[in-house]
Amino acid sequence: MAKVIVVTSGKGGVGKTTSTAALGAALAQRGEKTVVVDFDVGLRNLDLVMGAERRVVYDLINVIQGDAKLPQALIRDKRLETLHLLPASQTRDKENLTEDGVERVMDELRKSFDWIICDSPAGIERGATLAMRHADTAVVVTNPEVSSVRDSDRIIGLLDSKTAKAERGDKIDKHLLLTRYDGARAERGDMLKVDDVLEILSIPLIGIIPESMDVLRASNVGSPVTIADERSEAAIAYRQAAQRLAGENLPVALPGERRGFFGKIFGRRAA
Amino acid sequence: MNIFRFFAKESSAPAARDRLQVLLAHERASVGDNDLVSKLREEILAVIAKHVKVGDDQVNVKMDRGDQVSTLAVDIEIPLEKDARAA
Ligand SMILES: Nc1ncnc2c1ncn2[C@@H]1O[C@H](COP(=O)(O)OP(=O)(O)OP(=O)(O)O)[C@@H](O)[C@H]1O
Ligand SMILES: [Mg+2]
Repeated sequence: MAKVIVVTSGKGGVGKTTSTAALGAALAQRGEKTVVVDFDVGLRNLDLVMGAERRVVYDLINVIQGDAKLPQALIRDKRLETLHLLPASQTRDKENLTEDGVERVMDELRKSFDWIICDSPAGIERGATLAMRHADTAVVVTNPEVSSVRDSDRIIGLLDSKTAKAERGDKIDKHLLLTRYDGARAERGDMLKVDDVLEILSIPLIGIIPESMDVLRASNVGSPVTIADERSEAAIAYRQAAQRLAGENLPVALPGERRGFFGKIFGRRAA
Repeated sequence: MNIFRFFAKESSAPAARDRLQVLLAHERASVGDNDLVSKLREEILAVIAKHVKVGDDQVNVKMDRGDQVSTLAVDIEIPLEKDARAA
């Protein structure tokens, strides 16, 4: 059965698009049919991070407005045949993203994919609430930094009230993905501790992604880091997060402590 | 002297954690309260509208959250008697 995941954060620039691409590719690499959907209408970037920017013909809004059929708008990844992209519109107005339209597209995607990963725009406005609307599971992308944690708290509130699942009285699954984790700053004590973030937000941890040049390099060449640099620490962390999304039970280790010593291991449950 | 300062410098992460905990406790509570205020405001307005003709902007609801007790102040401008009666 199809699973819809929203990658969301409230705060901008924390790594939603990077994470959508990396998790989408990691799930597709497991052989499961995956589509990544860009909800950032007007500021699309997922196409660029996926390296498909020159192949965009139709987009989500074209499908919603009936200018194109869904299969015409889907772009199949050149590296992984199980991976697909539904781009956002760069030029159209976000007003064209209607609630009904989004629901129709989601229903159609559910019929042919195992995983539907929605890249949310920043903010708590309509674009963000539409992206989370049909999700079964949310990945809340957070940087270990005060304003990001505060905004994640707001988004968690919205996930519990504004999603279709919440309105039906069901609980939406929420997972914390801590990104841009900087080992050196953590050591100096100038970065929020993982335990503190977990305690404050009290949702289970699905992964810790290190601040890494490999991530930048991957987006420079237009490839999710899980494809571009499979053995990098960031790719390993994303791949394990994808495994946890798929239901595998793996402990989360701090970046930089995977090899050699046994690092601190975090349980899957929030404090 | 700088060296001592360097060693003496406290880490900032605990401060970040403490500030967040206080802030979020308030923000989580106030989201609920604001909803209560707007609900009360709406219902109070509806009750008043049954008897007097008043506009939306003539009713003002304020909430003051104290440690033990909160107060709700409802301030209504009632128009002059001659055109006050609702239809
Ligand atoms: N782990 C990381 N290490 C280093 N750089 C990173 C990491 N994750 C993301 N970045 C960089 O941070 C920037 C913002 O990332 P990204 O576009 O994924 O964020 P976003 O949350 O989608 O932003 P927006 O809210 O604008 O959509 C990009 O330049 C990206 O390459
Ligand atoms: Mg983005």
